[in-house]
Amino acid sequence: MTNIMEAQNVKLSYGKFEALHGISLNFPEKQLTALIGPSGCGKSTFLRCLNRMNDDIDNINITGKILLEGKDIYRAKLDLVALRKKVGMVFQQPTPFPFPVYDNVAYGLRVAGVKDKQLIDQRVEESLKQAAIWDETKDNLQRNAQEFSGGQQQRICIARALAVRPEVVLLDEPTSALDPISSAEIEETLMGLKKKYTFIMVTHNLQQASRVSDQVAFLMDGELIESGPTEQMFLAPKKEITSNYLNGRFG
Amino acid sequence: MSKKEQDLQEVVEQAIAQQKVPHVKIKGIDPHSIDIARLTKPSKETRQERWGKGLTALAILLIGILIVSIIGFVGSHGLATFFTDKVNIFHFLFSTDWNPSAGPNHVGAAAMIVTSFAVTLLAALIATPFAIAVALFMTEYESGKKANLLQSVMELLVGIPSVVYGFLGLTVVVPAVRTVFGGTGFGILTATLILFVMVLPTITSLTVDAFKAVPKELRKSSAALGATQWQTIYHVVLRAARARIMTAIIFGMARAFGEALAVQMAIGNAVLMPYNLVSPAATLTSQLTSQMGNTVMGTLPNNALWSLALLLLIMSLVFNFLVHLIGKKS
Ligand SMILES: Nc1ncnc2c1ncn2[C@@H]1O[C@H](COP(=O)(O)OP(=O)(O)O)[C@@H](O)[C@H]1O
Ligand SMILES: [Mg+2]
Repeated sequence: MTNIMEAQNVKLSYGKFEALHGISLNFPEKQLTALIGPSGCGKSTFLRCLNRMNDDIDNINITGKILLEGKDIYRAKLDLVALRKKVGMVFQQPTPFPFPVYDNVAYGLRVAGVKDKQLIDQRVEESLKQAAIWDETKDNLQRNAQEFSGGQQQRICIARALAVRPEVVLLDEPTSALDPISSAEIEETLMGLKKKYTFIMVTHNLQQASRVSDQVAFLMDGELIESGPTEQMFLAPKKEITSNYLNGRFG
Repeated sequence: MSKKEQDLQEVVEQAIAQQKVPHVKIKGIDPHSIDIARLTKPSKETRQERWGKGLTALAILLIGILIVSIIGFVGSHGLATFFTDKVNIFHFLFSTDWNPSAGPNHVGAAAMIVTSFAVTLLAALIATPFAIAVALFMTEYESGKKANLLQSVMELLVGIPSVVYGFLGLTVVVPAVRTVFGGTGFGILTATLILFVMVLPTITSLTVDAFKAVPKELRKSSAALGATQWQTIYHVVLRAARARIMTAIIFGMARAFGEALAVQMAIGNAVLMPYNLVSPAATLTSQLTSQMGNTVMGTLPNNALWSLALLLLIMSLVFNFLVHLIGKKS
């Protein structure tokens, strides 16, 4: 199994405050890695490092290496636009643009300069199908995406991220703003897509992590405490603190 | 003591009897002398609330009366032109023959209507791109000291009295236009240039609000999809802010349409259909300001001016209605 991304000793400070103290973690291809840990431990911060969404924060300092297909994404002449086409992202709150579903999903392709209408049509349909939202949108692709329900909006956002055919999709608590039924639908969607894409998902829902992930990484206070295959992490964690967290003794 | 108060007395006594912690004594409450009359009377707070509501209602009533009388006054005088002096309304709207002292067949306001709309639309047309550019600079590209400086400059521009703009226009813009384009220097172009400066801050500050109202998450999502900052601005921010920018433009137009003094000083005040941008003309407002001292109440020339005022009032209602409509649609 190859690693599509590798984080090597990633340290990050917001001004004087060091939020990540050197995280090394491998992300196997076509698997779903769940990042878990108490609030404020740095999960989102770490996730944002992986597509360089932290770059425009003032006074930020990032060291270490993050390799995507063997090449450091923090190297000098990296093309941010190209990186983000390879590493997509879905946010906690659904963030559909205030225009039709079709234009939302086509957005990534269009900003990349794709003009071929047929290709865009085909990608939009494929992506909406992959995100399991095609049936609900196929008859109103021209409807404003913000008029759909929260769960539908989030799946439209997933479709939008998939439309550029990324290698990796980052998800930051994608279901925490949704009701249980919509969350379950998103989980199912992710399960179905795991064979095609690599997912890295922050969640603080441990059951969710156990249901959908292949690998779990446990972070605490900016430190990677332990990582491993999901089953092993939940059944036989190596460290006591991991076991305590997974058993709900704190967090 | 009424039945209701007796019931209440009973309930209170029962509650006191059931009191299981006799050692707890609250200062000032004597359990055996409950003043039912006081309890059933409105409290001080309730009376204050009634007072407050009454005062508010009174204020609203006064303002209502004021508005109704303004509209009524302008309406009755403005309509007298048509009902008392028998001016044909189509003649008023479409004829360019304006000489009310010569009789009801010479009350055509078309030249002023056209000029008013021309300066308004042109000023908005020129100001909008600048306003959007400045607003983008202030919200998307710079957010620190430079943005604050620009903000202060805009506020300063709003605060300058219009007579100062007019004076500046008269002294600087009129000769400049005369030198470059010939003619007298008075006319639509000069008025437009002055109005441009006057509406720019209005449109800009409302556009800044429009951009600030676009959620950060949308910008981040766009960046995460590989869009450059310019693509994000063009495809997402401008689109999400579209309705509010329209509103900003309409507010700017309302200001331009209603501006009297500065325009009067720059437009030339000749009630003629403008045949180019540098020929002297007159707007509804400039005609009103320059002529209101020259007519006698109750005569046709006076009523005709009130008709212009009525037209201005209706236009301001239209602008408000448009803003409302856009707000509803988005
Ligand atoms: N933009 C920022 N500026 C300064 N500190 C930040 C910023 N974002 C997050 N932090 C801090 O970094 C730590 C980790 O935050 P975060 O990554 O959001 O945690 P998590 O997602 O695990 O809840 C927290 O202490 C938080 O206060
Ligand atoms: Mg977080």
